[in-house]
Amino acid sequence: MTSSSPPILTVTQLSKTFAATKGPGTVALQATDLAVAENDFITILGPSGCGKSTLLRMVAGLDTPSSGSIVLDGKPIAGPGADRGMVFQSYTLFPWLSILQNVCFGLREKGLALDAQLDIAHQFIKKVGLQGFENHFPKQLSGGMQQRTALARALANNPRILLMDEPFGALDHQTRELMQELLQGIWEAEQKTVLFVTHDIDEAIFMGSRVVVMSARPGRIKCDVAVPLAHPRHYSVKTTPVFTELKARLTEEIRVEVHRAAGLQAPAA
Amino acid sequence: MRPLQPVSPGARIALGVSFFVLFFAVWAVFTLGGYVSKTFLADPITMVRSGYELLVNQGFIKDIGMTVWRVLGGFAIAALLAVPLGVMMGAYKPVEAFFEPFVSFARYLPASAFIPLLILWAGIGEAQKLSVIFIGSFFQLVLMIAVSVGNTRRDLVEAAYTLGAADRGIVVRVLLPSAAPEIAETLRMVLGWAWTYVIVAELIGASSGIGHMITDSQALLATDQIIFGIIVIGVFGLVTDLAFKALNRKLFPWAQLGR
Repeated sequence: MTSSSPPILTVTQLSKTFAATKGPGTVALQATDLAVAENDFITILGPSGCGKSTLLRMVAGLDTPSSGSIVLDGKPIAGPGADRGMVFQSYTLFPWLSILQNVCFGLREKGLALDAQLDIAHQFIKKVGLQGFENHFPKQLSGGMQQRTALARALANNPRILLMDEPFGALDHQTRELMQELLQGIWEAEQKTVLFVTHDIDEAIFMGSRVVVMSARPGRIKCDVAVPLAHPRHYSVKTTPVFTELKARLTEEIRVEVHRAAGLQAPAA
Repeated sequence: MRPLQPVSPGARIALGVSFFVLFFAVWAVFTLGGYVSKTFLADPITMVRSGYELLVNQGFIKDIGMTVWRVLGGFAIAALLAVPLGVMMGAYKPVEAFFEPFVSFARYLPASAFIPLLILWAGIGEAQKLSVIFIGSFFQLVLMIAVSVGNTRRDLVEAAYTLGAADRGIVVRVLLPSAAPEIAETLRMVLGWAWTYVIVAELIGASSGIGHMITDSQALLATDQIIFGIIVIGVFGLVTDLAFKALNRKLFPWAQLGR
């Protein structure tokens, strides 16, 4: 599924080397190119330590590239901004704010009137199914509910692109599948551009319209696979032949990388 | 009894009170039983009697009032200056690099050792008492507040940035509220130390205050009055501490969750 519309995000020859006190430093990401079309849902799949989070953090403006460029809507990225919303793996709701105030955080920062803030916040709290919890503190909520709030908080800001860094990584299996369906539903309704980092192959296929596979250290893009599954996607697609074939292929790609990262011989196919 | 297992609120109060009872009982046995000479240690009953005498007939209430206002005054000045400076140091690393070495040095300067100098500079009036408390609490406050602010979770700061917060927003809407419960806790602790400094200041050069009464009583070997004075300080310390704790719980309910 190659999109004909021009990309809204273009990553060109982007690399990141973390300086070491001695020696040449660690190459986290080798020169990487990536183009993201409007309303695309791209999952970035790779073993831990492949630089996928580093890539995402550089797009967010939280890390600075060692070389290369990131251009969003024709403008180079020079730091974090409200146009790139992010959901983190760790629970990053502000513990001193209620759920409602958390969702309002970015809107207030934009200078919206309180009425408008509350109006938008209530809409998104409803979309993630957290009505009735507006006045709770984050610590009074389960992990899944906290991540739903984080999603609402990021979406309420209406970012051009939504960055998700293993957002469901800390959740149990059942909650994670629930969250995947929820996000899938919201994406289908809202039409957002999403970059979604994960190390879970099922998740990468189920969520993405494209899966970008990254190689182990030093990270680079190994392959870029379109997911030929129609929307709306129901949970049952995970048992269809298309899904399982794709899963088998990606499993093989990842397995080689995991072995390489662990310093083992590539296993016989 | 098992490690870290909580006690019920009722048992907690009962246990806390029972140690006070035990303390007074041991004291009473030793003094009233004649094991210790009255010259060195007054018994609890004499202490309470002369305490009543002090309060009713010798204007000790005024002394207490003086001491309380000195503590609160000196501490308020220190806190008003220390909180903004500490927050700035915690938030902005160049500011921290500029002040931190000096503040670390200054906090080891014993406040009581400044008293002779301060008497020379400010006399034995109120300015001297406030200065002692200020020196004793300001530097400690600054350092501890800077550390609290600097320890703000980085991922919360990053989340705020991705929500469009600018630097000012980060300080005012993330660093400050995140560190606020710890700052309040620091204020509570250092206020306790301020009580020590004020008494030391009053012992050396003062014409009023609890410390002044204690030095006067020393000349008369009135251990009952000295002990009463000390206990009054203890009671005030305990009351302000409990009030501070209750206030913190009320102001920062979120910080109590999940403890």
